[in-house]
Amino acid sequence: MSPKGDRGGDATVRRMDRTQHLRQKPPSALPGISPSRGEIGSRHRIKPHHKDVHPRMQTVLSIAIDALAYGMVLFVISIGLSVTMGLMRVVNLAHGAFAMIGGYLASYVTRDLGLGYAPAILIAVIATAIIAVPIERLLYRRIYGAPELTQVLMTIGITFCVIGLANYAFGPTLKTIPLPETLSGSIDLGFRAIATHRIFAIVCGVVVAFGLWFLIERTAFGIRLRAAVDNAPMAAALGVRTQLVYAVSFAVAVGLAAFGGVVGAELLPVEPYYALRYMVTFLVAVSIGGAGSIPGALIACLLLGAIDTTGRYLAPEYGEFFFYLAVIVIVTLFPRGLAGRFK
Amino acid sequence: MKRFLGAAIAALAMSVSAEAATIKVGVVGPFSGPFALQGKNFKAGIDAYMAVNGAKVGDNDVEIIYRDVPQADPAQSKALAQELIVKEGVQYLAGFYFTPDAMAATPILQQGNVPMVVMNAATSAIVTKSPYVVRTSFTTWQTSTPIAQVAKDAGVDKVITVVSDYGPGVDAENAFKAGFEKAGGKVVEAIRMPLSTNDFSPIMQRIKDSGAGAVFAFLPSGPTTLGFVKAYNQNGLKTAGIKIFAPGDLTQESDLPALGEAAAGMQTTFHYAVSHDSPENKAFVEAATKAIGNPAELSFPAVGAYDGMHVIYKMIEATGGEQDAKKAVDAVKGLSWVSPRGPVSIDAESRHITQNIYLREVTKGPDGKYINKEIKTFERQGDPGLAAAK
Repeated sequence: MSPKGDRGGDATVRRMDRTQHLRQKPPSALPGISPSRGEIGSRHRIKPHHKDVHPRMQTVLSIAIDALAYGMVLFVISIGLSVTMGLMRVVNLAHGAFAMIGGYLASYVTRDLGLGYAPAILIAVIATAIIAVPIERLLYRRIYGAPELTQVLMTIGITFCVIGLANYAFGPTLKTIPLPETLSGSIDLGFRAIATHRIFAIVCGVVVAFGLWFLIERTAFGIRLRAAVDNAPMAAALGVRTQLVYAVSFAVAVGLAAFGGVVGAELLPVEPYYALRYMVTFLVAVSIGGAGSIPGALIACLLLGAIDTTGRYLAPEYGEFFFYLAVIVIVTLFPRGLAGRFK
Repeated sequence: MKRFLGAAIAALAMSVSAEAATIKVGVVGPFSGPFALQGKNFKAGIDAYMAVNGAKVGDNDVEIIYRDVPQADPAQSKALAQELIVKEGVQYLAGFYFTPDAMAATPILQQGNVPMVVMNAATSAIVTKSPYVVRTSFTTWQTSTPIAQVAKDAGVDKVITVVSDYGPGVDAENAFKAGFEKAGGKVVEAIRMPLSTNDFSPIMQRIKDSGAGAVFAFLPSGPTTLGFVKAYNQNGLKTAGIKIFAPGDLTQESDLPALGEAAAGMQTTFHYAVSHDSPENKAFVEAATKAIGNPAELSFPAVGAYDGMHVIYKMIEATGGEQDAKKAVDAVKGLSWVSPRGPVSIDAESRHITQNIYLREVTKGPDGKYINKEIKTFERQGDPGLAAAK
């Protein structure tokens, strides 16, 4: 399409929009909003209202919302791995194991200690990060800059150890993290219901994305981290305490993993094989986005969420065909991911 | 010297005859890995049976030898079965959680002169693979057929089926469809979803759009059932009055503490509920709980293993400890007894177990924990899957 034609099309659409706007706004403003707000009973039914929205349109909207929610959950769970792989350059296959530790801690705190959801998240994130400190000092520090194969072997070894320990300590059954009242229900969007928790996950995703971007791109710590990663001896010569920077970023990445494990537990329930079961999903999300790039990871997760959700709706019998087809295409076109930072 | 040699030979002969009095049973199952819980249940059922009935049949000691196949792996299962027969000299093979594992071991039974007692694997065709196979568990056809009648009786005419895309899922889909259409209902759509599905929201949207009044679902127990049941609630299907019908795999006792509130009121059909009210079951649960340690982990493979041991004990009794697979299998054809799950018998024709199938509802038990409460009994159900395959 020529740019000129494009603009012309745009203009007509805008013009139509404006006229519709003018014609419709006064009548639709009142009846459109007041009944759905006033009638609490409408929460208990899904379809009856909003006959003005075409059913097909409802489905498309509904899938779009599912895709957004799924993509955001993916993002929250896998962003920690993006930090370790992209910024610290460690292929950390034990990411899922740390997410799982977070999940188990949160489950323990809520179910056995009887604390609420918010303290559970806090305790899980902090405790997992603390657990990670000695692991970083004793194990990970040895493999910074080592060949990928060494990193893969060591981190997968850690994964199996954590699986064994979790199985021994908590047993093989599923563990849940009970949600508070405010998050456990669902919200009626008019044309469909969505779990309140999904909305919470979307918000978490946005907050994490922005916070992390700010930390890495806009703070002194971010500058030191990037310097330490790019040229450790030079950074050290300039007075950056690289080992401390590494330790802190590793703790942050692990804390994010734990956070994702807790927030994503509604979708990926906590059980001993969590660490292995979803490993490929995490890796795919990170490598598509381009390791180390926050916007890249966000776009990748939303894209993969959209493809996966649409594929599952339209042709579930094809399984994950569309998901992996998309992965192959993207990796072929962008070998370093959508926004790769690598060299 | 001669005397010494003679004594040595005599001692050797005696030790051989003493060893012959120990009858070995080889049990193949998942004892490590993601399905270790199921293997643990096998072991609990076997231990419970031997604790209640003793480790001796007549003069013969019974010894169990376990072999681990962490996940469905036919080649490994066959190799281990072979090793058990040739090296360990087992007279009986038992266990087998996954259908492919059981199938792979059937060709060596005749040559090895060894009967196989399947304690779980639930595809109808296994019993046809060798005349030496006896099954004490259930088939997906057996547990999924009665729920079709339940759905029809609940006044539902149009149903959408949603199953995990693998053998048992397809079996469940076919079983439900056959039963429901026979009852006069209509399956408007059949969806098969990949086993690795985590997010069920799009599937829920499909169910909504299909216009069906109810959904029939089959997923293997474990993390996915939790996601499925939660998605069913949270996407408003429950409040929209779309009912859910499923075989008991979806509400396994070991998953119930996690499912909890989300599964309350769900109706499923299955051959065994831990809450089954009978003196036999009470004794079984007590012994099996002791064996497994944590009562929350006890579920249906334990009862399959318990009854499997009963069949093996009867076989040993009938053959007097001699290795004779044909005689052993013939002896249990038509055998009937009262199992923890209710009255059962081994069908002489198919060598599969005939048993009651129960309709259960997830409710809170007297101690506040969620249980599958039996509310209706479909008596003496055979395996409709074999007839359908012919």
